[in-house]
Amino acid sequence: MKTKVLAIDDSRTIRNLLAATLEEAGFEYHCAVDGREGVDMYPDVDPDVVITDINMPNLDGFGVIEELRGEGINSKVPILVLTTESAPELKARARGAGATGWITKPFDDASLIFALKRVTGAAA
Amino acid sequence: MQAEVKQNDQEVKHAEHSEFVSFTVAGQAFCLKITQIREIRRWSPVTILPHAPADVLGVMNLRGAVIPIYDLSARFGLQQTEASERNVVIVVSVHGKPVGLLAESVSEIISINPDDIQDTPPVDSRNTMEYIQGIISHDDTMVRIINLDAVISAPEQVMP
Amino acid sequence: MSGSIQDTFFEECEELLEATDEGLTAIEGGDHNPEVVNAIFRAVHSIKGGAGAFGLDDLVAFAHRFETVFDEVRSNRLELDEKLVQLLLRSSDHLSALVEAARDGGQIDEAHHDTLLAALDEYTPDEEEDLTFEPMGLGGPAPMMDLGDLGAAPAAPQEETYRIRFQPLKEMYGTGNEPFFLFQALRDMGDLAVTLDENELPGFDTMDMDESYLAWDLVLVTKEPRSVVEAVFEFVEGLCELSIAGDGDAEAEANALAALDAMFTAPPAAGSADGEAAAAPFEPPVPAPEPEAKPAAAEEKASAPKAESGKQEQRGGPKPTLRVELERVDRLINAVGELIINHSMLAQQIANLNVSDTRDVETELEGFKNLARDIQEGVMAIRAQPVKPLFQRMARIVREASAATGKTCKLVTEGENTEVDKTVIERLSDPLTHILRNAVDHGVEKPEDRTAAGKQTTGEIRLSASHRSGSVCIEIRDDGAGVNRPRVKQIAIEKGLIPENAELTDGEIDNLLFAPGFSTAKEISNLSGRGVGMDVVKNAVTGLGGRINISSAPGKGSTFTIILPLTLAVMDGMVVSVADQTMVVPITSIVETMRGSDDMINSLGADGTLLSIRGNFVPICDVARALGLYRESDRQAGVYLLVETETGQRCALAVDDIHDQRQVVIKSLDGVCGEIPGVAAATILGDGKIAMILDPESIIAASPTAAAFDTERRLSNAS
Repeated sequence: MKTKVLAIDDSRTIRNLLAATLEEAGFEYHCAVDGREGVDMYPDVDPDVVITDINMPNLDGFGVIEELRGEGINSKVPILVLTTESAPELKARARGAGATGWITKPFDDASLIFALKRVTGAAA
Repeated sequence: MQAEVKQNDQEVKHAEHSEFVSFTVAGQAFCLKITQIREIRRWSPVTILPHAPADVLGVMNLRGAVIPIYDLSARFGLQQTEASERNVVIVVSVHGKPVGLLAESVSEIISINPDDIQDTPPVDSRNTMEYIQGIISHDDTMVRIINLDAVISAPEQVMP
Repeated sequence: MSGSIQDTFFEECEELLEATDEGLTAIEGGDHNPEVVNAIFRAVHSIKGGAGAFGLDDLVAFAHRFETVFDEVRSNRLELDEKLVQLLLRSSDHLSALVEAARDGGQIDEAHHDTLLAALDEYTPDEEEDLTFEPMGLGGPAPMMDLGDLGAAPAAPQEETYRIRFQPLKEMYGTGNEPFFLFQALRDMGDLAVTLDENELPGFDTMDMDESYLAWDLVLVTKEPRSVVEAVFEFVEGLCELSIAGDGDAEAEANALAALDAMFTAPPAAGSADGEAAAAPFEPPVPAPEPEAKPAAAEEKASAPKAESGKQEQRGGPKPTLRVELERVDRLINAVGELIINHSMLAQQIANLNVSDTRDVETELEGFKNLARDIQEGVMAIRAQPVKPLFQRMARIVREASAATGKTCKLVTEGENTEVDKTVIERLSDPLTHILRNAVDHGVEKPEDRTAAGKQTTGEIRLSASHRSGSVCIEIRDDGAGVNRPRVKQIAIEKGLIPENAELTDGEIDNLLFAPGFSTAKEISNLSGRGVGMDVVKNAVTGLGGRINISSAPGKGSTFTIILPLTLAVMDGMVVSVADQTMVVPITSIVETMRGSDDMINSLGADGTLLSIRGNFVPICDVARALGLYRESDRQAGVYLLVETETGQRCALAVDDIHDQRQVVIKSLDGVCGEIPGVAAATILGDGKIAMILDPESIIAASPTAAAFDTERRLSNAS
């Protein structure tokens, strides 16, 4: 079974980069273009891990985490925040909402895979 | 062991042979590499391009594409062809675009060993010289190998 | 890095830059809606994110500065005043230039770059010193480098034993972190022994399900450095009690924790490597008002997510789209063109059949035709795009031109959502740029002159697009001084374009601007001049099958009107015969058609003939002659197409016969032959034959009679 990743990012460039990296590393890749779509897609994709951007239209990354962790979906899967921000406040806030970890953009393939491995146990 | 080597030699020789299509233009024999030819069609009246030089006959519809038709004879500085149903249009690809060349008739496919190609001896007609990249003797006839790139320069330059 | 991903990045940049421009234009217009500011922030932010992935450092640095200012604005720490808006607009232009430079390898204006950076800096907090965009992912730059070496063996790796005590707090379980996976990651580094410590686990009846009671003692033997081991616990830092003790190293524990602490909480002064990462907060501290507002908003979203997304759509949110290679669409367009041609062939074949009753077939054929039209319109719609991005680029042109000429101008756009064929949009860019530069340079007056004339100091240039009866109309209207007609006329005389005593109407003088050779470039700033005249603009427009007109009122301004066909692929044409050739004349240029009798023809001079139409004399232009075609028979009692040129000149095109009016598929002659005077393009008719599509304007220009008559008329007016 491949590990299923749902990536939520409004930047096509980042989505493409993620797709290239993840698919090459043997992950099953799904993506959404904004927070709303990501949350809507979640039940169907039923991912093993979610990677989300913070700054997005319609629903930002914090909103995504809150909704996924919230009553309706009650997701327990790891959620990694992919962000250019590295401010501690931001990390704290993401974690307060239920984020599992964070990856700083621009990411390199090795650290992305390493992070995924630590939260999913995926063989990569 | 030795036999094998010999066979290889033969194969190499054979591979060097190229197939050419020979045809006549104003009574003279010419040829083009078969790989340069896309198709050969019977002549049908073309649409005249206004203000076109004498060697541009006009344009033809080739499966939805508009392609120019050149009179090879006029292009070579020979007399203009009175095109009729007996004539053929050789469709070649130049600079990635299809172009039609009017010839009198197509003769046959001939196999040419590059070693047999002779340089064009200098003659007076500069037009002809430019357009011929070599000559060969086939069945006691002189066949002129056309330098396609010289005949059809880049489309922009065709018509001033 | 894959080239195609980079291509996508630049494509995306175009869109993001458009969004930025759009937002800034809205802000300039007084719309300070937080969502507008947010949208710009996100767009610039995405450019930065993508640029970082491709190591485009200049772009990253500038986008970052730009973004930071926006962050200040959206956090209400910065007022969007006129000066700042202008700076942001210029910055947006520069961002475009940087993207272009990154894509095409061009040079940027370093001085301008630095000036803008400095100007932006004035608006940003001081802490923005260190902007190095560290490609750090985990625990700062140092572990990153180690991670990169994961595969390769370090120079002399020393095995070390780490004793790790890991006790999750209950908070950890809400974050999706799973101890088991952490252990797995550790195990991948070497030998790992895991001991579960369940001593704190209470009896079942007193157990709080939400509490965390378990702890683990781990012994890891690995060649990995401490930083990598620590990095494993990066995400759970603060969510667990963690101690990592190196082999016989008591101090290490404290150091490690200190370093980790630094990552999350410490000020810049803390640990060296980690401190650097923490010292570069791309996002300044979360402002006070936001956390208060946020939970309420989040609640609302959580309670009614569907309503929210519905609202988004109503607000004109993006419709779902599909990205398709242009080539596929063009193949489809070609195929549909063939279908339409195929229909006319079928119709012709059926008409030729000797069948008495073809009514049924004709009905079906009519259905076929309608379907083909529907498909065609649908396919054309795929190529249609709103002019908005083009107009937004023009705003930049106006800003640049204003800055270069020391004038103040604003561009007002209308009808941005008007859709036009993609190619038309692409090819409109240059002519529009030229007209707009001209409008700023020659049209709009200097501020002091405007004040003197009782106008507002800021000149207004209005760029509008609209659909008008099967055509697209683009209008460029300025409120400047209008065409300086005496000057224009004088130049035209000096350049020998018109005789000295020529008496021209105002319209004719204005149209001299389009005359080849009339470039007033020499006495004009290098901005709109550049040796290119309006004749080039006109050629570009006519090359698209369009027309351009100018009208001007002294002291009030000038208006350029460009009329373009909706699509480049089909047009309505009149099928005619000329010297045994079938040809097509665009319907749009035909005023009326008529059959003329001999008594309507009047000779003028040796060669010229005029057609009298209801008392008016119109020069006759023999199409065959103009095209250099030889006609076997003498001209029969002529058939005439009355056409009107841009300058309002009328001319009767003499043809041999008129057949019918139909829609034809335009086939470009580009690459087939050079430009042919009098011919615009070609088409394929129902019988499979190619027909030339004529360009009446250039036929008339090539016709000696019409041209001569025009001059004579001017001269007679003059006397």
